[in-house]
Amino acid sequence: MTDLRDLFSEVILDHYKSPRNFRAMPDASRSMPGSNPLCGDHLILFIKLDGDRIADISFQGGGCAISTSSASMMTHALRGKTRAEAEELFRKFHAMVTREPGTAFDPEPMGSLGALAGVAEFPVRVKCASLAWHTLEAALKGAGGTVSTE
Amino acid sequence: MTAAAVDWARVRADFPALDQKVRGKPLVYLDSAATSQKPRVVIDAVRHYYERDNANIHRGVHWLSEQATKAYEDVRKKVARFINAADPRECVFVRGATEGINLIAQTWGRTRIGAGDEILVSTLEHHSNLVPWQMLAAEKGARVRPIPMNDAGELDLDAYAAMLSGKTRLVCVNHVSNALGTVNPVARMAEMAHGAGATILVDGAQAVPHMPVDVRAIGADFYVFSGHKMCAPTGIGVAWAPLATWESLPPWQGGGDMIASVSFEKTTYAPAPARFEAGTPNIEGVVGLGAAIDYLTALGMPAVAAREAELLKVFEAAVRGVPGTRLVGTAREKAGVVSFVMEGVHPHDIGTITDREGVALRTGHHCAEPVMRRLGLAATARASVAFYNTPQEAAALAAALGAVREIFRT
Repeated sequence: MTDLRDLFSEVILDHYKSPRNFRAMPDASRSMPGSNPLCGDHLILFIKLDGDRIADISFQGGGCAISTSSASMMTHALRGKTRAEAEELFRKFHAMVTREPGTAFDPEPMGSLGALAGVAEFPVRVKCASLAWHTLEAALKGAGGTVSTE
Repeated sequence: MTAAAVDWARVRADFPALDQKVRGKPLVYLDSAATSQKPRVVIDAVRHYYERDNANIHRGVHWLSEQATKAYEDVRKKVARFINAADPRECVFVRGATEGINLIAQTWGRTRIGAGDEILVSTLEHHSNLVPWQMLAAEKGARVRPIPMNDAGELDLDAYAAMLSGKTRLVCVNHVSNALGTVNPVARMAEMAHGAGATILVDGAQAVPHMPVDVRAIGADFYVFSGHKMCAPTGIGVAWAPLATWESLPPWQGGGDMIASVSFEKTTYAPAPARFEAGTPNIEGVVGLGAAIDYLTALGMPAVAAREAELLKVFEAAVRGVPGTRLVGTAREKAGVVSFVMEGVHPHDIGTITDREGVALRTGHHCAEPVMRRLGLAATARASVAFYNTPQEAAALAAALGAVREIFRT
């Protein structure tokens, strides 16, 4: 059960059971629903932009431990970041969870997001870990969905 | 015949895929409602077909074509006997229950349903018996109305009776719910539909593999099922209707084999069932389906049903015995399905952890989102059993769920 302990680590279970930034944001610049039609998981992401910077970010909904903890950790990691920094982090996160199973990975530079490195060993769960991030990308691009005014 | 008269350990040994280790643990396959495993005789029949009889059907005068045509049409007779159809020509070969329903929507539905008509669809339906009707209703200006169910997962027959009216053209209901295992009172529902002058389509995908089915005793107007859930290959299924119904319907796909004669001036169509089987069909699938029916007939469907009823009790008790679990779907009449949730653990996480223990569960909405929505759930974990499962596997499931609790510290 070693790899299961890697997947469902203390950090992940903590974010699943007590998700951070788990609230609606009535004055959000943008809100974007994201869903995984295959499993029925869904969330709404709220972002308040201050110029190019993410001044505040929160979410509601979620589903399994992986998608909920990923959304929680993402919001935690992105507050105060610029769009470019957020996009760069998404790129690194995506590379981390979609790397070839069995390949070594140093989670240190990823900070708390590194807790999801174990997902790569469970290819069918990658979409759970990525849901919040794809929703973020759509929100930042303002593509479709709900885009509210400030 | 009762379940006790069969040597179930020997039966299990007929299924090569069950005899393997997954992630270092013996495979415990609890996803037969998604697709069943295949016995050696079915695999051998398909192989034999390609090694000996492969040819196109209904075309050649040569020996092989004759052999293939005979094999294909012999299976139609077997299907008819298996579901007590009056005539083999009533059984149209399709890709599966989904295609059967779409065939009915495109032929019967398009010619019989108009603006303002109502289609009553049970809340328990798989998306395959809802979406084709929504598509047709949108095209025709008809209305799809859900037949409600109670918290146990049983359809509300009083509400159903009240919904039936002169506007009702069609009633759609599954014989057994894939999400909850509820066995619906389809004979009674057929009688009620007919009382209102409506037609009834029964989706038997989860019933034909698990119990004796008599389409005429049910009184269905249409009955569909898939081969792959009853030990046959994927890509083959059956749509049944009385011959007079098929003969009254237009074709849906045009092509070879479905015609009487073709010219640029006028083309005439073949009688049923050929009218609905355009193109070279899935011959290997039909051959495999025939072998599967022979296999199930030899076991005896009453024995299969009795064995699975015993297993269902054992599996329900095993899941109930794990602290924090709750069964979803507690109908008085159930077959083969144990759907459940666990406090503090999402079904997907249950499925990932039990998989590491070799236990194959289905998790999610089971292609039945309205059922989940009605019960206020996004998803459940589902253990579905077949006659080849064992009581020991229920213990393995309970142990795997224990591992889930350990990891999630619930």
